[in-house]
Amino acid sequence: MTSNLIENTLTVRDLKLWYGNFEALHGINLDIQKGKVTAFIGPSGCGKSTFLRCINRMNDRIAGCRVEGALLLNGQDIYDPSVDVVQLRSYIGMVFQKPNPFPKSIYENVAYAPRIHGMVKDGPEMDELVETALKRAGIWEEVKDKLQQPGTALSGGQQQRLCIARTIAVKPKVILMDEPCSALDPIATAKIEELMDELKEEYTIVIVTHNMQQAARVSDYTAYFYLGDLIEFSDTHTIFTAPANQKTEDYITGRFG
Amino acid sequence: MDQLDMHTNASMRKRLRADKRFKLYGLAAISFALAFLVFFFVDIIGKGAPAFQQAEIQVTVHYSEAAINNYNKAVDKEYKHLVSKAWLRLVPNQIAGKPELLGQDYEEWVLAENSVDQYLKGHEGHRLKEKNQRLVDQMKTDGKVRLVFNSGFFNSGDSKLPENAGILAAAIGSVMVLLLTMLFAVPVGVMTAIYLEEFAPDNRLTQVIEVNINNLAAIPSILYGLLGLAIFINVMGAPRSSALVGGLTLALMTLPVIIIATRAALRSVPEPIREAAYGLGASSLQVVWHHVLPLAMPGILTGSIIGLAQAMGETAPLLIVGMMAYIPDAPGSIFEATTVLPAQIYTWSSESVRAFEERTAAGIMVLLTVLLTMNAIAVKFRNRSENTW
Repeated sequence: MTSNLIENTLTVRDLKLWYGNFEALHGINLDIQKGKVTAFIGPSGCGKSTFLRCINRMNDRIAGCRVEGALLLNGQDIYDPSVDVVQLRSYIGMVFQKPNPFPKSIYENVAYAPRIHGMVKDGPEMDELVETALKRAGIWEEVKDKLQQPGTALSGGQQQRLCIARTIAVKPKVILMDEPCSALDPIATAKIEELMDELKEEYTIVIVTHNMQQAARVSDYTAYFYLGDLIEFSDTHTIFTAPANQKTEDYITGRFG
Repeated sequence: MDQLDMHTNASMRKRLRADKRFKLYGLAAISFALAFLVFFFVDIIGKGAPAFQQAEIQVTVHYSEAAINNYNKAVDKEYKHLVSKAWLRLVPNQIAGKPELLGQDYEEWVLAENSVDQYLKGHEGHRLKEKNQRLVDQMKTDGKVRLVFNSGFFNSGDSKLPENAGILAAAIGSVMVLLLTMLFAVPVGVMTAIYLEEFAPDNRLTQVIEVNINNLAAIPSILYGLLGLAIFINVMGAPRSSALVGGLTLALMTLPVIIIATRAALRSVPEPIREAAYGLGASSLQVVWHHVLPLAMPGILTGSIIGLAQAMGETAPLLIVGMMAYIPDAPGSIFEATTVLPAQIYTWSSESVRAFEERTAAGIMVLLTVLLTMNAIAVKFRNRSENTW
């Protein structure tokens, strides 16, 4: 790994996933680069969200879900039996489709994860961490005077940025975003996209999106999934201007999907 | 331009009539139910309200030697049948406790016999003799008869003399039994529900358990009494009629209700909340403890209170474990024989003396007040839970 000029944060080798007897992913091979935004696109049911949820092992919660193959984070297999999934998720944060702040105060939403991971003690240190996270997520100016108000009282776009702040408060290596803008209006979407651009300096971002313009706008690399297969993976410019695979071209030109 | 028909035609009128009829059926049904409810309350309150007043008569009390040997001699012979035995039989003790009383005569307001009480309230079947009726009428004109607030009803236990019978012992028994029920049923029920809902794998065994819990909620309560008798009294040797046995038996009965209510409350916590917490690296225990339980708490409390209210009004299982008995004294511990409010109401309802009838109704009023209060608290919790998200 160290011999590579490009540093890969995530390395996926022949990853297969079953829901019971149904094989949902058929051997995915993929490298996700550090400090870049990688987008997963594809029609509904193609396995892109399933694959995203493999990365922080959220699929563990689904009964009958089985994973084979290797998924390396910084060279370590996250499916190794010795890996503590609780610890793993502190390295790989996740932002969900629908904003899902806890029904607690804005401050508590951000402070919760650092507290359970024992990162800092409550008090001035925590205050600082909360402030930093909210600033990084670009929402500090809007909420600094109402930190004790419930996070659920914010607008949808603000809630989603609060969720991003909550995620980066743990200082993860990777942020997974599962259609983070699908429930937001265009203005809130633009803010989140802007934010992704800033955050990729520090974090590796993987985003699942149904919006191809969004993938084209925000990502450096794009992966096209279809029926549980990774059809094409390349830098975003290539995918959208000169796709190598006919299926990819059909999808991005809107002839299918 | 086409002329649009916006007026009611025949088929439209038919639909409107059907509409109106349907509304009327609904109205009739609800009026019927309301009428019964009103009838029930009017009847109970009408019968029970007089029990909150109690007759007293003013007589000369002789604290004499004779009274120590025969308490009937403490009052003049003609008043003997007007004064409650419950009061008279305490005279020797009073003298023993306060020897300076001996040889004194006092004019005192004392508890009247129940027949005097019923006669004064104008109730049929008071059983006051003709001769005594005239005497009471005379005393009434002399101002030696009065109706006072019946504090004895609230601060004494059961008695064979209706004027002396109160609800305190049964109320204390009910509180003890209910506390024990709560202590056993709520933690066990809530923990079971959390395990089944949040941790248990979905396999044959948990499915069997689930089906059985749902069935248990529907079986007749008297069977829980038999179960309680078999396990707690015969096997474990807990004392019969005790609050311990009653509480445990009712806990068995309440468990399925609490489990089902708690599971419903846990299930109503939105899945994204769990995902968010898991996604941040919270452990299963932290997810449940920090996020799911606080949100489910109002629902859990509502379910528990309703389950407990049901247990409080339950009579059948307690019949089997021996709590339907004449128990005049409040229990000193959970191991002593005790009775509960519904059992007390039942005991009084089977008495023949007229004065017990109003006490039965008054007992029902007390029980209903407690139950309605509990339900009101449950409704309050439920309303609060609706505002959470």
